Amino acid sequence: MREPMSLRWTRRVVLVVLGIFTLVPIYIMITSSLKPLKDVQGTFTWWPSTVTFQPFREMWKTIPLAHYFVNSLVVSTASSIASVVIALLAAYSLSRYRFRGRQAFSVTVLSTQMFPGILFLLPLFVIFVNISKVIGINLYGSRLGLTITFMTFTLPFAIWMLTGYLDSIPRALDEAAMVDGAGPLGALFRVVVPAAIPGIVAVAIYAFMTAWGEVLFASVMTDQSTRTLAVGLRGYVTQNDVYWNQIMAASLTVSIPIVAAFLLLQRFMVSGMTAGAVK
Amino acid sequence: MVETLTATPVRHDTKNGKAAAKPPRRKRQLLPYLLLVPAILLELLIHIGPMIVGVIISFYHLTQLYLANWRHAPAAGLDNYRVALNVNGAAGKALLHSFTVTLTYTVLVLGFSWLLGMTAAVLTQRAFRGRAIVRTLFLLPFALPIFASVITWNFMGQRDTGVINHVLVDQLHTQTTRPFWLIGPNSFPMLVAVTIWRTWPFAFLIISAGLQSIPDELYEAATLDGAGVMAQIRRVTLPLLAPVNRVLFVVLFLWTFNDFTTPYTLFGDTPPVQADLISLHIYTTSFTTWNFGTGSAMSVVLLLFLLLVTGIYLIVTNRRSDNA
Repeated sequence: MREPMSLRWTRRVVLVVLGIFTLVPIYIMITSSLKPLKDVQGTFTWWPSTVTFQPFREMWKTIPLAHYFVNSLVVSTASSIASVVIALLAAYSLSRYRFRGRQAFSVTVLSTQMFPGILFLLPLFVIFVNISKVIGINLYGSRLGLTITFMTFTLPFAIWMLTGYLDSIPRALDEAAMVDGAGPLGALFRVVVPAAIPGIVAVAIYAFMTAWGEVLFASVMTDQSTRTLAVGLRGYVTQNDVYWNQIMAASLTVSIPIVAAFLLLQRFMVSGMTAGAVK
Repeated sequence: MVETLTATPVRHDTKNGKAAAKPPRRKRQLLPYLLLVPAILLELLIHIGPMIVGVIISFYHLTQLYLANWRHAPAAGLDNYRVALNVNGAAGKALLHSFTVTLTYTVLVLGFSWLLGMTAAVLTQRAFRGRAIVRTLFLLPFALPIFASVITWNFMGQRDTGVINHVLVDQLHTQTTRPFWLIGPNSFPMLVAVTIWRTWPFAFLIISAGLQSIPDELYEAATLDGAGVMAQIRRVTLPLLAPVNRVLFVVLFLWTFNDFTTPYTLFGDTPPVQADLISLHIYTTSFTTWNFGTGSAMSVVLLLFLLLVTGIYLIVTNRRSDNA
């Protein structure tokens, strides 16, 4: 079937315009990260006067970037893994059993996903302050505290996605394992989990990505020593001297692993989300 | 994918039938609950508990004085709600303004993101050379961490060193003085543009996937009946895309309405009045006045509004799809 000429040209023009809109900020991020400082202090230039990798070396010294990096890595990994483990057990229960309260639990989990984060932030702040006063465990400003608050959005998402994923794994697999003498838990860990590895990995990575970019909780629940990248990068901007070339270099550096992960798993994400839509 | 999903519930039913005929051992019945215990405990700790606490403190004068000693905060009755909702007072007026700004912002972002996503999805539906690369490039803004990409937009919007003024003033000479983009009236279109830039790829991603599930035969049949491209979109694509759009709109609405990261990264914790989105507004009010009682009352009102809108939307669209 041949396309009409007009359609082909409409497509080219529209896609090019959309492409420019999409790529200009990314182009600016990349080229500005290769500029010497004087290029970003005067009028904007489309190309560096000299291409330099200096910003990528200096960005670690201007702010404690490596420290923020470690904080982000620890908190995002912890909240991602904890969410997936807890969600996996819950998802197995929701996917394989019909019991009283199942519907109520699913609806609660699903609806908490839509609540604004600010609704949880104020009470969690008050609760953390009072916990440290009464029991002496300091959750406010600690990595543990931040991990817990991050789970307010990683956990419901993980439960939702994993339940959908386990639903797509045939029950015949568990039944075969049980015929062979495995209990339900044996079936879960020896048969279902191995079969669900792609889904589990994808959910874990996506939870990690959302935690990596979180700003609302991180801006309140951290202090100088536990600050994450998402909040720390803003620190460059409000200083008197703004090292835009270093900010762009740092932004690029913290983005590359996330973008790579996203592009790898976008196919899975879409099938998971639209399956939820079709049901 | 869809087939396997619809096939499983049937199996569940036969399993249930068996279970009803022969009562299973006790341990089996307990197991589903035991598996849920960690999730339920955590839900209580991070969602249910804080929500109850949030509703409670919205009825107290919880100020900085009582923050570490909340049980002694004086009761406020409905005072916090009166302050938040009284449009003649300063706080109520500011909240209403912020609500209007957020609503306008949401409508604009939703409309344009859907339109761009739909256009790009329809145009990349058929195979052409370079399609895979185009699709990957389009997804980049959504894949980037928000704080990293929005900080780039902050650089672009700088009055003296940014690209926007460089193009408008130095290259196109449309203005004689350099306008501000991050404060004043221009901050609102700036914020809308940044969010559309970040959001439309998601609409594109979901709509593209939805289009793939529409069988080619339907388009072929429509072509045989003499339907042009626009007629095909109206008669075939849009009706069959309705379930996907329904979910997409809810997700986009909630994301955009609750958006905090974009305005915070673009403007810092004191946004310009013209671009004062509601999440950031409640945040700023709570942490500059340290009046958590009023902040909580505002959050509760926001939640009730979101529940109402999403509920009505889902009921109405559900009924419509039942009638169809």
